[in-house]
Amino acid sequence: MTGLGLFFGIILAVAYRLLRVEEDPRLARTEELLPGSNCGACGEPGCLPFAQRLVRGEVPPSQCTVASSDEIDEIADFLGVDAGETEKRVARLRCAGGKAEAFQIAEYDGFESCRAAAVVSGGGKGCSWGCLGLADCEVACDFDAIQMNADGLPVVAIDKCTACGDCVEACPKDLFELLPLSQKLYVQCNNPLAGESVTVLCSVGCDGCAKCAADAAPGLIEMKNALPLIHYELGLPVTPRATARCPTGAIQWLEGGQFNEEESQSENRQRYAPLH
Amino acid sequence: MFSISLISKSFDHGVHPNHHKDQTADLPIQRVPFVARYVLPLGQHIGAPARAVVSVGERVVRGQLIAEPGAFVSTALHAPVSGTVRDIGPHRYIDGNFKPAIEIEADPYATQQRPPQPAIDWQALTTEEFIAQVQQAGIVGMGGAAFPSHVKYAIPEGQSIENLLINGAECEPYLTTDHRLMVERPAAVIHGTEIVRQKLGARRATIGVEKNKPEAIALLRQHVGDRPIEVLGLEVKYPQGAEKMLIKAAYDREVPAGALPRDIGVAVNNVGTVVAIFDYFDTGMPLIERVVTVAGPGIAEPANLIVPLGTPIREVLRFCGGLKGSTREVIMGGPMMGTPIADLDAPVLKGTSGILAFTASETARPREYPCIRCGRCLEACPYFLNPSRLARLGRARLYEQMRDDYHLMDCVECGACTFACPSAIPIVQLIRTAKDDIRQHGGK
Repeated sequence: MTGLGLFFGIILAVAYRLLRVEEDPRLARTEELLPGSNCGACGEPGCLPFAQRLVRGEVPPSQCTVASSDEIDEIADFLGVDAGETEKRVARLRCAGGKAEAFQIAEYDGFESCRAAAVVSGGGKGCSWGCLGLADCEVACDFDAIQMNADGLPVVAIDKCTACGDCVEACPKDLFELLPLSQKLYVQCNNPLAGESVTVLCSVGCDGCAKCAADAAPGLIEMKNALPLIHYELGLPVTPRATARCPTGAIQWLEGGQFNEEESQSENRQRYAPLH
Repeated sequence: MFSISLISKSFDHGVHPNHHKDQTADLPIQRVPFVARYVLPLGQHIGAPARAVVSVGERVVRGQLIAEPGAFVSTALHAPVSGTVRDIGPHRYIDGNFKPAIEIEADPYATQQRPPQPAIDWQALTTEEFIAQVQQAGIVGMGGAAFPSHVKYAIPEGQSIENLLINGAECEPYLTTDHRLMVERPAAVIHGTEIVRQKLGARRATIGVEKNKPEAIALLRQHVGDRPIEVLGLEVKYPQGAEKMLIKAAYDREVPAGALPRDIGVAVNNVGTVVAIFDYFDTGMPLIERVVTVAGPGIAEPANLIVPLGTPIREVLRFCGGLKGSTREVIMGGPMMGTPIADLDAPVLKGTSGILAFTASETARPREYPCIRCGRCLEACPYFLNPSRLARLGRARLYEQMRDDYHLMDCVECGACTFACPSAIPIVQLIRTAKDDIRQHGGK
């Protein structure tokens, strides 16, 4: 038995010498400097794979959206690379139809989850594209960046949001998108119907009137599926003027976050269509 | 449980809800009058939606083709009334979403009579022609899921159908549409069964009926004659009418998980489906109307009705004296598996077997308690899943684990577990939520 132990021990010792994989000594320290949240916002499965790519110089440190700028600088200093610049992105909701704005056609009483409500006749919300307000995104967010307000809309804390995309996946209505904070002109509606079909469902829905497209720089806003599509990639001037004549306020100029944290409850006019 | 299955044909597990069928079981089927407006969604079942072949403003006559199948798993749609096409665009569907539909305004002066047409000689048709005709007639499974019937008849090379099983179990409480069809039109049920049996080349056919419908069993037996059709009385148990349970009860064979009945040589059709097939070959009338049970404590005058497809639910309810003031919820289908309806202007579909209305005392959400691991849901589940475990994982939103380790996708959402749960845990809702997440993005 002792002989066997010695025999395998020697094999292991030899294998350790011969098959040893040299690890970049900077890897451990780099991983330590990263936030360790394994959120996936950088596009890697977790912080360790991201650290490996960092050490190999394949990505700039600023691709980590969770670390503060000081932390990014520290990593850049340690690795002796340029921090790089990544634009701050945040989660934006393509809907502003909370309890006070969008009409309910039926009452949902069941498991408190947007997805659960969505599979039961759309949770009774009149607009079947709209936010259901049952906080699947708040539950999914690992950074406490989402809080539902009294109006039933998710308020995204700009400073906490890391654009990791968990809310994008959690939303059964696919309403979240990750956009650069600098894109201030934003359409808060996802309803492809037009005209009165929209306004009977929600007071802040886009009815597809195209006034914003007429008021903005030519070519900036294209009407698609009765919704304005803003072509930021064209580099045209973007001004708040496009929002001036919007009859419902569906297109907004966002300085910071989307919704107020404390929406007054008194405005709540959640209604039901008559059943009888 | 085992000793019971020895003396009475059935499956293992299951539950015994009160059947509540007395309200409408003895009411003859009657026609609803034509209304002003019909909405026909282009996609009414699994598979591809139909493609509209009419345009806005066009006049159509009752029974005319208005949309052709968009793919193999898709069926045709026909005008339920003579009138004018008013709109082709998004209309609210029963699941709450807007889906493309054809809206027809009925001509108030039309007789709505279809000139009699010669019967189609089904015996002369090849199997392929038969399948194409069933697809063109727009016929789907009439039990509720509305799976296109012709797809079931297209048997792949190397397989054959030994047994045709006709589902007359109607195990959902309240519903009496199949019951009334079997009592009022036993000859049509037998003839339809014989058409499908011969075209599939099945050796024999079995009509399974729960024993709480003795007059239906007696009448069907009278009409069988010397055809190789057996009428089988089944134990009254839910979900006796689930395809795989019915096969277990009738032939004592199990369909493996993930497999289809045809893999063990069985085809299953609802009695409503074979009646629709008989009607099509007998009179040339495609599927433009169906039998619907309107019942429940919230309905003033319960009834069994022939309703043209596309009739708004509100109009059907109006014909039945409207909803009582205490009504809280309207369900399409049976109470165990049906869908609550958010918008009463949604139309009657090919798969609408019932419209039920319930008051606060039936719909109140009972106080939920923690799972006490009593195991009643396991004893109820006809598919031998672990609903308790699935529900707990569902609440924790561990959807991938539910799929990979606990056979989430084998659940047919029959509701037996939720019915049996003494802690009032909404097990099926948690399972449906998980399935929806899996379907959207693989449960990540």
